[in-house]
Amino acid sequence: MRFFRIIWDGITKENQVFKAALGLCPTLAVSTSVENAIGMGVAATLVLIGSNFVVSLIRNWVPKQVRIPIFIVVIATFVTAVDLTMHAYFPALHEKLGIFVPLIVVNCIILGRAEAFASKNNPFYSIADGIGIGIGFMLGLMLLATFREVLGAGTFLGKSLGIKEPALIMILPPGAFLTIGFLMAFFNWAGGDK
Amino acid sequence: MELKELFAIFMASVFSQNIVLTQFLGICPFMGVSKKLETAVGMSGAVLFVMLLASIVTYFLQYYVLVPYGIGYLQTVTFILVIASLVQFVEMVMQKFFPALYAALGIFLPLITTNCAVLGVALLNIKKHYNFVEMIVHTVGIATGFALALVLLATLRERLEFAKIPKPFQGLPIAFITAGLLAVAFMGFIGLF
Repeated sequence: MRFFRIIWDGITKENQVFKAALGLCPTLAVSTSVENAIGMGVAATLVLIGSNFVVSLIRNWVPKQVRIPIFIVVIATFVTAVDLTMHAYFPALHEKLGIFVPLIVVNCIILGRAEAFASKNNPFYSIADGIGIGIGFMLGLMLLATFREVLGAGTFLGKSLGIKEPALIMILPPGAFLTIGFLMAFFNWAGGDK
Repeated sequence: MELKELFAIFMASVFSQNIVLTQFLGICPFMGVSKKLETAVGMSGAVLFVMLLASIVTYFLQYYVLVPYGIGYLQTVTFILVIASLVQFVEMVMQKFFPALYAALGIFLPLITTNCAVLGVALLNIKKHYNFVEMIVHTVGIATGFALALVLLATLRERLEFAKIPKPFQGLPIAFITAGLLAVAFMGFIGLF
């Protein structure tokens, strides 16, 4: 069924973090722990589903010249909703993610999907795309966060793994750049330039 | 207002709180335009200009409109709209009155709308409760830090052109690893200011 194939494509073929290198700012910043990565991933997924759905609904009424500002307002609305909800129910996580929650609004993945998918497809498929791309983004974040948390703090989801002296640098800013550099190189190598 | 405090804010925002290397804002332009020194300098100029303008406008918007009317929850929506229209406006004014400057910076302007550093600084200024002077110093510091990191990476990447890099590492991966080493160097400043 096409609905599920769009979700699957969003996770694999169209994975925005590793395939398109989009949305890197939040990816690097919140990947210090797996917990943060999941929180950010869920927030971004909710915004993606909402904005894809609304953009798709209004796609036939929006004049071409002003579509970008309109899409941004739609996205900003959902970001605000997610931001306030998070602040109310998960204050600790909200505090940790800090300004990266409002900054979801300038995450190029979300505007990119509104432009590339939702403005051309019906609302039903646009929701599927939102789910798929969102999960793909979350998996990318979690992969990066797993490496950094295990190597840098010696824990996984806050539970100790019994590593004596973790390499602290991995959860500090340089670790983010090094990890994504090596992961991208690995995907290049595994993908092969056939 | 003590000069010493302002100096501390400036130095911290350039070095130990460097926007790109420690706070991960503006990674896209950081990776995108750091291939050549020339474009890196152009981008830095455009960012300084827009960032300062956007910070001043959003600062007044926050304290004279959003707070007095109790509509702080509209912050994200209004800030992004202001920044997007500001960039468009600056582009038009520049094209009309300063064609030489437009020729130099023009192509970078549209890219800045999606530069999260601009919105990020506007939000940070509010979050840290700076007064007007501190806000200006902080913003200029952040923009200087962005320029410094961008120019450093650009010079490094120009050298990398001549290095023998294993195939899977070519392009973005090696740029990220270089940035990582730069970030290690910048960590040396933590605690100084």
